[in-house]
Amino acid sequence: MSSPSSTAPQPGAAAPRETRKAYRDTHDVVVGGVASGLAEHLGLPVLTVRVAFLVLALLGFLGVALYAGLWMVLPADNRFPVDAPGLESATRGGRRPGPRRRWTDYGPMIALHTLGFGLVLVAEAIFGRGAIFWPVFLGLVGLALLWRQADEAQRERWRDTSGRVDPLRIVFGGGGWGAVARVASGVSLVLAAALIIGLDGASLADARGAVAGGALVLLGIAVVVGPWVYRLATDLSAEREERVRNQERADVAAHLHDSVLQTLALIQKNATDSAVVARLARAQERDLRAWLYAEEAQDERTLASALRGAMAELEDAHGITVDVVTVGDCDLDEQLRPVLAAAREAVTNVAKHAGTGRADVYAEVTDTAVDIFVRDRGCGFDPDHTAPDRYGVRHSIVDRLQRHGGSAEIRSAPGEGTEVRLHLPRPTSTDPSRGDER
Amino acid sequence: MTEPDAPSTAPVRVVVVDDHAMFRRGVRAELASAGAGVVEVVAEAADVDEAVAAVRTHRPDVVLLDVHLPGGGGVEVMRRQAPDGTRYLALSVSDAAEDVIGTIRGGARGYVTKTITGPELVDAIRRVADGDAVFSPRLAGFVLDAFAGSIEVAAVDEDLDRLTEREREVMRLIARGYAYKEVAKELFISIKTVETHMSSVLRKLQLSSRHELTRWASDRRLL
Repeated sequence: MSSPSSTAPQPGAAAPRETRKAYRDTHDVVVGGVASGLAEHLGLPVLTVRVAFLVLALLGFLGVALYAGLWMVLPADNRFPVDAPGLESATRGGRRPGPRRRWTDYGPMIALHTLGFGLVLVAEAIFGRGAIFWPVFLGLVGLALLWRQADEAQRERWRDTSGRVDPLRIVFGGGGWGAVARVASGVSLVLAAALIIGLDGASLADARGAVAGGALVLLGIAVVVGPWVYRLATDLSAEREERVRNQERADVAAHLHDSVLQTLALIQKNATDSAVVARLARAQERDLRAWLYAEEAQDERTLASALRGAMAELEDAHGITVDVVTVGDCDLDEQLRPVLAAAREAVTNVAKHAGTGRADVYAEVTDTAVDIFVRDRGCGFDPDHTAPDRYGVRHSIVDRLQRHGGSAEIRSAPGEGTEVRLHLPRPTSTDPSRGDER
Repeated sequence: MTEPDAPSTAPVRVVVVDDHAMFRRGVRAELASAGAGVVEVVAEAADVDEAVAAVRTHRPDVVLLDVHLPGGGGVEVMRRQAPDGTRYLALSVSDAAEDVIGTIRGGARGYVTKTITGPELVDAIRRVADGDAVFSPRLAGFVLDAFAGSIEVAAVDEDLDRLTEREREVMRLIARGYAYKEVAKELFISIKTVETHMSSVLRKLQLSSRHELTRWASDRRLL
């Protein structure tokens, strides 16, 4: 498990020599998300990077320049939140809460602003009321605000998959007072900076002329370019809308065909057999639920997914309902198979003898052991006077686990249901780090 | 099988919030048959606005709250409603940990899945009306997972963010499918004590300031 690079990448075997790109982290934003993005890229604590920027800022504003440069150059991370289809649909339809900022998130921002203000005062104290200082400072702050708003608008655009590309939305994103305030104060700060420079050593009239000239040029550009930009935006939005809709339709159609339609056909064929219908419906519910909401795997890769898969099979085979709850997880290796097989046996027992159609299965994986509990509320039995056939089954659970260094306990009383407790210590030969938890 | 049929004076007044009319009707019918005299449905609502209005007008004891709801989800209803005597019980078809834990952290006093039986639902409503917390096995599993240290220890704020051994024990039994009464018997404590433990877990869950709880949920599903 010792990979050459010390910075552990994301889970899953990373491709051997993939170039890692740096992004700005738009989720953990204080100013532009440069520091947190850089921290993730370099595998350093965010605080370290931020402090480094601040220290560099004291060296002739090197840090500030660096930050601004990186902000311009680094792309924002376009991490699309990938969810189960049902959850994504609920999110799009506004049926789930969106991300919400809390007051604590503003802490660093306030601190930073205070610090910036202090920096200004220090600079003033040292250089006196520098002629060039204020316009530069105001201009920078204005630009920062505008960039910030551009980021915000960009994020909104990603999130908004269905809507048209609205020119107003391009600037203001999801709207709201924050966006308008940011744009307004950014623009006025930049204008103020320009005015101060324009006013410097000249009369007000000269400055007015310069400003009016600049405004006229801008207006001209807007008139020429405006319609073109608008048309581009409309085309773009139409195309995107179409693409998104097609993809979604294809996904849903594929899934419905593979699952629901097949099941419905089977149900029609077996309409008279209620047991079969119930089983099919239950299997289909489980499948659809997994697809829509949880996307919990049922393959053989980890213990939890293997357990879920095994229980799903038993549900189908015996027409019972098994509720599986798992805490923690680990890779499924050969040493863990016995406990899985024993759990299977225990649930089969429930299906055959308990007389309820339900079982609760709880699995807990810790660093040292795997515990699985199988509980039912069926007729139960007296463990001291077990019938021979039950004894055999118990044998296969208890003995199997004992052979592999674990233990099993069966608790039952007539009328109170049964609980089977399985315990298997985990081999500690693999690396002790928590990495393999995933 | 609740032995002391609590000296209930008036039935618990309930508002059912869900965007599917069929489901609302089903719940109403279920509560009418399984909870006659114990639970009374006073109103229904299909989205956040209707729900907030219904809660203001009827002042119910308990709101059965769907997690996915037009207008911002069940959390939004609780956020817009100033805290008064009304208690919320989340009732969801979604198995996503993020939704479930998010709703609980938003102020719901319990969470049950839509596959719950009528009598169990009535029981859960009564408990919530009495001020207790209601955890389904699945929620208990999520809670254990969230507090288990799947999250880095550095993120732990204070000891508030940890469960005591007893609380963990109670959660584990709930996750194993035990009813409150059985938990009490298993641990040799009274039902009241079990309820106290559950409430304190709920409080820790709601007060816990680590937003990693949600991050944990979304991370897990990707694996």
